[in-house]
Amino acid sequence: MIEQVADPLQESGFAKVVLELEVNNHPGVMSHICNLFARRAFNVEGILCMPMSDPRRSRIWLLVFEDQRLEQMVLQVEKLVDVLSVRRHGAEHEVFERLEKFFY
Amino acid sequence: MIQMTGAELILRLLERQGIRTVAGIPGGAILPLYDALSGSKLIRHVLARHEQGAGFIAQGMARVSGRPEVCFASSGPGATNLVTAIADAHLDSIPMVAITGQVPLSMIGTDAFQEADIYGMTVPVTKHNFLVRSAAELLQVIPDAFRLAMSGRPGPVLIDIPKDVQTQVVSFDAFPLPAIPDAAPAGDPDAIEEAARLINAAERPVLYVGGGAVHSGAAQQIVALAERAGLPTTMTLMALGVMPIDHPLSLGMLGMHGARHTNFILEESDLLVCVGARFDDRAIGKAAQFCPRAKIVHIDIDPSELHKIRNAHVAINGDVGAVLDALLPRVNVRLRKRWLSHVGSLKSRFPLHLPGLDDPRSHYGLVQAVASVVGDEAVVTTDVGQHQMWAAQAYPFRRPRQWLTSGGFGTMGFGLPVAIGAALAVPARTVVCFTGDGSFKMNIQELATLAEEGLNVKIVLMNNNSLGLVYQQQSLFYGKRVFASKYRGAPDFLKIAEGFGIGGVDLDTAQNPRAALVQALSGPGPCLIHASIDREEFVYPMVPPGGANTEMIGG
Repeated sequence: MIEQVADPLQESGFAKVVLELEVNNHPGVMSHICNLFARRAFNVEGILCMPMSDPRRSRIWLLVFEDQRLEQMVLQVEKLVDVLSVRRHGAEHEVFERLEKFFY
Repeated sequence: MIQMTGAELILRLLERQGIRTVAGIPGGAILPLYDALSGSKLIRHVLARHEQGAGFIAQGMARVSGRPEVCFASSGPGATNLVTAIADAHLDSIPMVAITGQVPLSMIGTDAFQEADIYGMTVPVTKHNFLVRSAAELLQVIPDAFRLAMSGRPGPVLIDIPKDVQTQVVSFDAFPLPAIPDAAPAGDPDAIEEAARLINAAERPVLYVGGGAVHSGAAQQIVALAERAGLPTTMTLMALGVMPIDHPLSLGMLGMHGARHTNFILEESDLLVCVGARFDDRAIGKAAQFCPRAKIVHIDIDPSELHKIRNAHVAINGDVGAVLDALLPRVNVRLRKRWLSHVGSLKSRFPLHLPGLDDPRSHYGLVQAVASVVGDEAVVTTDVGQHQMWAAQAYPFRRPRQWLTSGGFGTMGFGLPVAIGAALAVPARTVVCFTGDGSFKMNIQELATLAEEGLNVKIVLMNNNSLGLVYQQQSLFYGKRVFASKYRGAPDFLKIAEGFGIGGVDLDTAQNPRAALVQALSGPGPCLIHASIDREEFVYPMVPPGGANTEMIGG
């Protein structure tokens, strides 16, 4: 059929958002999450993942920019079978800030 | 204590799940599973000639039955050949479980012979996927795969199973129960109340129905709602058949190749009730200019579809059939004389033009001639291209699951293997596959499968010896610079079919084409019906690229 003529991509905003995901801990979970953001052309600025006290679960922290597609992204993340919960935090969340000394 | 190999366990779990037919192709990494399959008394194997064919055969069974069906492929190229059929199922929300063999666990990641990371490759095109690391995991993974494939919005699930997991012996106490779908979210009662209020208050409402209504089995509720509230009803390509095309409230298909009046009526609507549809660009054209004055009520089982393309004034997350059951008693009976008489006048002023209906050798005439012979009981599949749109426009669909077409992914090569799958699922029905010469060549090897199974599949080949829809676009939108869309060679399809052991009839040379068609469609087993179509016949009307739905050309 015929090609799409799309509207230009929305510029992302500058406000940062921190997403906290609780996920099943097995190889492939990170692949599902990173792939979802990549294929929907949504940039992930930062990512952290560690097992939780219950080793069957991991917690993933994602740093993204606020964007009008973020709502849709969160809904898509929630649909992933291995994602158990998604919480949204503002830029004031310190998890990435405290790591900055390892990067600068 | 029960003890068996992983391969035997997979077979028992498939049998307990009610699987009776599996399509596939064996190869090194899945041979233990095939060895177990050879001993199954319940599951019949259909040997495809290409793994994509196997994937589409499973899809054909699933599209007719509405429940997950299964295909098998080996590792590496076998698995990658499945990917197109899986992606197609993903975009049209078809429940399917694809099982692939993988190299042994210890060899994963070593670039072993026929190794491919099919788990990684299918992440974006499956609802979920699994790489099984022990035979014991199968007790959980197999039922989970079926549960996921059929719960909520259906979709494909892939299970990659290394060869040594298939041969590993596993002991367990009892088989897990066969999977059943998770309960769908119950629609929010306040939102349902508000939706009823909007419908009752609307002056010019339109019901916009998508494939979700087919998946939910909600055709009866759709028609009941339309009749009760006096809603003119349009269907997407995926929903054709939900409301019989000759129902007085039916507006037929909307969008790129819908009738002019359908798109004009939508333009004037003040309320759009969207049920199980997803505002796809082929259906709505330019999103911002689609139903510009309408409030939107959107009912969908997938929460991520709500507000995705267009913000809904009332969004209801739930199974559309259940939500409509709750909505119906709250909706007032309305005759809507003024709106419906206006709709009627738009219908008569801007009808769908189907020239040549009397001539079974013309494209529309052929579609209707076939329909008049095989009736409403037949299943209709298509490939992708002009013939698909002509069939969508001209075939009188009157029941859900009558029409199987590749909507979201638009996969050429879909029609023949899906027709085989449909015929396997409902052997009592005639299955008609409308195809074009471009599409037909993309899975033509499945003629061998069809001949072997002797299924009641009638292939109607509309041959214009070109990639017709590409030719159409180049002619209309690329300054008539026709390139790579006309074939220079012209294969003799009747001879090809004959070579595979399938008889045919050529309408081009038939003395009485209508009689020849009746004879071909009425006989038992497979048959190829060939008709040459003028390359200059285009699909009209048409919304040009990037246009709004009201800016249609032709027709």
